[in-house]
Amino acid sequence: MSPESARRDCEPRRPQPNAPVLRTAAMIASLDAEGYELVEAPFGHALVDLAGKDPRVLGLTADLAKYTDLHIFAAAFPDRFYQMGMAEQLLFGAAAGLAREGFLPFATTYAVFAARRAYDFIAMQIAEPGLAVKMVCALPGLTTGYGPSHQATEDLAIFRGLPDLVVVDPCDADDILGMVPEIAAHPGPVYARLLRGRVPRVLTRHCPDYRFVLGKGRLLREGADVLAVSTGLMTMRALDAASLLAEEGIGMAVLHLPTVKPLDRELLLAEAGRRRPLLVVMENHSVVGGLGEAVARLLLEAGAVPERFRHIGLPDAFLEAGALPTLHDRYGLSVKRVAERIRQWLVGGGRTSP
Amino acid sequence: MTTSERLRRPNVPLALRAFNIRRHALRMARVQGQGYIGQALGVADVLAACFFHALNYRPEDPQWEGRDRFLLSVGHYAIALYAALIEAGVIPEEEIPTYGADDSRLPMSGMCTYTPGMEITGGSLGQGLTVAVGMALGLRRKNNPAFVYNLMSDGELEEGASWEAAMAAVRYRLANLVCLVDFNGQQADGPSREILLTVPEEEKWRAFGWQVQRVDGHDLEAVVAALEQARGSEFAGPRMVIFDTRMCRGVDFLERRASAHFVRVEPEEWDLALAALERSRPQ
Repeated sequence: MSPESARRDCEPRRPQPNAPVLRTAAMIASLDAEGYELVEAPFGHALVDLAGKDPRVLGLTADLAKYTDLHIFAAAFPDRFYQMGMAEQLLFGAAAGLAREGFLPFATTYAVFAARRAYDFIAMQIAEPGLAVKMVCALPGLTTGYGPSHQATEDLAIFRGLPDLVVVDPCDADDILGMVPEIAAHPGPVYARLLRGRVPRVLTRHCPDYRFVLGKGRLLREGADVLAVSTGLMTMRALDAASLLAEEGIGMAVLHLPTVKPLDRELLLAEAGRRRPLLVVMENHSVVGGLGEAVARLLLEAGAVPERFRHIGLPDAFLEAGALPTLHDRYGLSVKRVAERIRQWLVGGGRTSP
Repeated sequence: MTTSERLRRPNVPLALRAFNIRRHALRMARVQGQGYIGQALGVADVLAACFFHALNYRPEDPQWEGRDRFLLSVGHYAIALYAALIEAGVIPEEEIPTYGADDSRLPMSGMCTYTPGMEITGGSLGQGLTVAVGMALGLRRKNNPAFVYNLMSDGELEEGASWEAAMAAVRYRLANLVCLVDFNGQQADGPSREILLTVPEEEKWRAFGWQVQRVDGHDLEAVVAALEQARGSEFAGPRMVIFDTRMCRGVDFLERRASAHFVRVEPEEWDLALAALERSRPQ
């Protein structure tokens, strides 16, 4: 059992007099990304744009249209929207059937339900026959404070294990807006993590000519001391931490890999080959089976072993419920914690546990 | 529903088609000395009525857009569907000796990526009907008048996803969806009525909003009539036909031992089984 968990002791709690009052929004909130422009429901709007150009596009959900931004599509194209009810196995089976008939279904639910409940249907009816179903799933990693029932901390590990499936973890609204037409153009199945609601626009702020390209990574920032290799929302953390560290004279390069499978091997090896003293993989996912292990294996096999390799990810544990900012701090995903650990690793060189 | 596709077929009695399907299946099972022969013999009459009465398809073009989609949710019945596809001229009879062999197009469990005429990869039970719902929706979107047939087994009704699909088919009034249940009463661990309570089947499906028929799966006239009714009915929703069948039907000494999901046949018995079947050849 993880010593970090508070679930083991069932003593009654007393309200702390000065504790902030938590609102639901703090638990399922849009991400804590201070200072960035927010884009409303980028997935929903991108899908509406795509559907206007491609009549094959359909939207399906399992009673989570409003919570996966698919309601935007449903309002724009009511006759191309299918409500499949709270039935995720049916959702993906029916999406496979529609793909078989030549349509381009986008199926949405929460990442936990796709990965855990509907996996066999996705494996046998979508991935094995290589059907062009696009699975776009919300609440990836630690993006809700509801606890393990809603926190998809191992979805990347599960879906990376599925042959012929492309796996995408977008960072922000720019990635999501760019990702929708890119995954639609891919002839096979895709699993994409979704940030929903008001999503920050981060990447073009740091890198004005940034554009999502499926299967490609992008070096967003240069730096001589550290190479951060990151995916999903951890790329925004890496960029913000890099700005903090730069004020202290620490140079951190940020390599963003929004496509987790297949990895952009060429770019990763090129950047790893530049021999910065510390390479840190960062992901909003368990340290088991996600980007960190994929990158480590690739570097080892290529003989491109960095001087020091570290990994920021979620612990191999069922995480706690609570407010997201608290949890991001607790589990090391906040900008402050990322910067702290990189400082420590640069100075001390040893510590690896969160 | 009579179409040019059906009229193109030679006028062979259905009973002889069913006999030929059983013979192809026995010859395939003999190759590996194993196979789900009990299921194949049991469902042969239903398949004969499907492939030589109910379904539209073109043997030379298994992907023809106008075809009725026949989904084998029960992947382990592959040997039965291969036999029907051989009889239908989709798969050449010469491939019988390759059944279950390395690099064969006829693997032991049915997969759409291997075999012409195999619409889906079944075998993980309870999935076919969910895909059938999607295909029926898709056909309707395309204004394609074809039907989707999903063949499942009584044991498969225990899978929860079957009931998710049952609700969706009614919710979307899928009158182009026909679900066929081969009710042979056996599953891996014993008689299906002792495993979980799928009974009363007809009442459950009716309560979900389906049109339900139940007929003797070896009475070819009744099977044909039920398939006609399933397709021709004005009912504004999905249709279910439950066929009561007997495992190993057509081979008397195997039928007597047909109290198990996987019927054991000794190596020397395959020729005896073919001989026993031969004695029942329709005139």
